Amino acid sequence: MDVIEGAWTWLTTGSNWTGDGGVWQRLGEHLYLTALCLLIAAAIALPVALWLGHVGRGGALATNIAGIGRAVPTLAVLVLLTVSPLGRSELWPTLIALVLFAIPPLLTNAHLGVREADQNVVEAARGMGMSGGQLLWRVELPLAYPMLMTGIRSATVQVIATATLAAIAGGGGLGRIITDGFSTYRTPQVVAGAVLVAALALLVEGALVIAARLLDPMRGRRRRAEPVAAPVPVTATT
Amino acid sequence: MSKGCLAANDWICGEYLRTRGQELTDATIQHVGITAAAVGIGLLVALPLAVLARRWRPVAPPLLALTTVLYTVPSLAMLALLVPILGISVSVVITALVLYSLTILLRNILAGLEGVPEEVREAARGMGYGPLRLLLTVELPLAVPALMAGLRIATVSTIAMTTVGGIIDYGGLGNLLFSGLDSVFKAQVLTASVLCVVLAVLADVLLLGVQRLLTPWTRARAAAATPQSAAATPQTARAA
Repeated sequence: MDVIEGAWTWLTTGSNWTGDGGVWQRLGEHLYLTALCLLIAAAIALPVALWLGHVGRGGALATNIAGIGRAVPTLAVLVLLTVSPLGRSELWPTLIALVLFAIPPLLTNAHLGVREADQNVVEAARGMGMSGGQLLWRVELPLAYPMLMTGIRSATVQVIATATLAAIAGGGGLGRIITDGFSTYRTPQVVAGAVLVAALALLVEGALVIAARLLDPMRGRRRRAEPVAAPVPVTATT
Repeated sequence: MSKGCLAANDWICGEYLRTRGQELTDATIQHVGITAAAVGIGLLVALPLAVLARRWRPVAPPLLALTTVLYTVPSLAMLALLVPILGISVSVVITALVLYSLTILLRNILAGLEGVPEEVREAARGMGYGPLRLLLTVELPLAVPALMAGLRIATVSTIAMTTVGGIIDYGGLGNLLFSGLDSVFKAQVLTASVLCVVLAVLADVLLLGVQRLLTPWTRARAAAATPQSAAATPQTARAA
C-alpha cells in the first residue's frame, strides 16, 4: 500500500507540521472555531431549551428543529453563505454554519432531559416549597444532566465535522489538508489529513465521555437504567 | 428585467431552470440513486447484525461501540480514507454513507427488538412457535415502527450527506454545489440546496406512508391511546 506509506511519510515529516498552513496551525484553527461556535450555540440554545423544558412547552418546536437540522445539508448552508455577500469575509460563513448546526442537538437533548425528569421527584421538590428557579437548578438540571451531556457531545461531533467541511468553502481547519490534497491530486496528503481529522473527532468524543462521568452532579447515585441500545433520535453528523 | 437573470447572477432565476433542466435532472437522479443504494445496503447489513446482537448478547456492546466510532468520523475524512481503498468512484460515497446509516439503523432495530414484550414472546412459544417463526412473524413485525423510525432518520440524513460526495464528483446535487461555489453561481447553489431539502422531505413523507401501510395496528392503538394521554396532559403542564 503505497498510499499508507505515503501518508505515514507525510505525517512524520516535520515541515508539514510547522509554519504557515502546517498541522499545528490548522489544528489551532479547528479547535478555536469548534470551541467558539459551541459556546455561542450553547448560549443561544441552552437557556431556551431549559426554560421550555421547565415550563413543559415547546416539544413540537424541539422535534422540528432536530428534523430541520438533519434535512438541511451542512455543505449547502456553507456554500450558500459563501456565495452570499457574507462570503466576502472568510470567517462569517463558517461561524454561522457551525453555530446553526450545533443548536439542534443541544436544544433537543436539553429540552428532552428537563422535560422527562422524573415527575414524582419534581412534585416532591415542589411540595417541599422549592421555587421555580430552585426546582430547575437543584432538581431538574441534575436529573437532565445525562441528556444534556449527550447533547453537548453530539453538538461537538457535529461542529468538528462541519468545521472540516468549512475548508471546502475556503475556510481553515484540518479539513484544508484534505481539500488541498484533493485539488493537487496528492492522495497521501488526503489520507494523512483524514487520519488527523478522524483522530481529533474520536479523541474529543472520548474526552467528553470521560468528562461527563467525572462532572456528574449525581455521580454514583444515578440509577443504571440505561438500555443497551437507545434509539438515536437526535444525533446528526455531516 | 427578464433578459439577464443569469448574467446578473440572481439567486432565483427561471432562465437557469429552463436552460439547465437536464443537468438538474441528472444530478437529482444520481442523488436519489446514491441515497437509495446506501440506505438499502445499510438496511441489508443492519438487519442481520441486529438479530445477531439480540440473540447473542455479548456481541451487542462492541458492535454498538464500533458503529458509534464510525459515526464520529467526519464525512470528509471518511471519504478521504476510503479513496485509497476503493479508488475515486461512486462506491467510495456509497460505502461511507452505508457506514453512517448502519449506526442509526442498527440501534433502532435493536431497540425495536428489545421492545417486544416478554409476555408476547412467551405466548408465541407456548403456541409452539420455533425461534425462526417467532422472529419472522412476531418479533420483526413488532419492531417495524422502530425500524421505520430509524429508516426515516437514516434516509433524511443520508440525502443531506450525499452532497459531500461532490468533492470526488459523485455527490448528486452536491456536484452542483461544488461547481456553483467555484463560479459563484448563486442560482445554481440555491436551486441545488432547495432540491436537497425537497428530496429529504419527500423521502420522509413517503417512508411515513410506507410505515402506516406496514403497521395498520398502530393506528388503532394510537386512536385508543389518545384519551389517556389527553388526560395526562394537565399533570405535565405546569406553571413557571
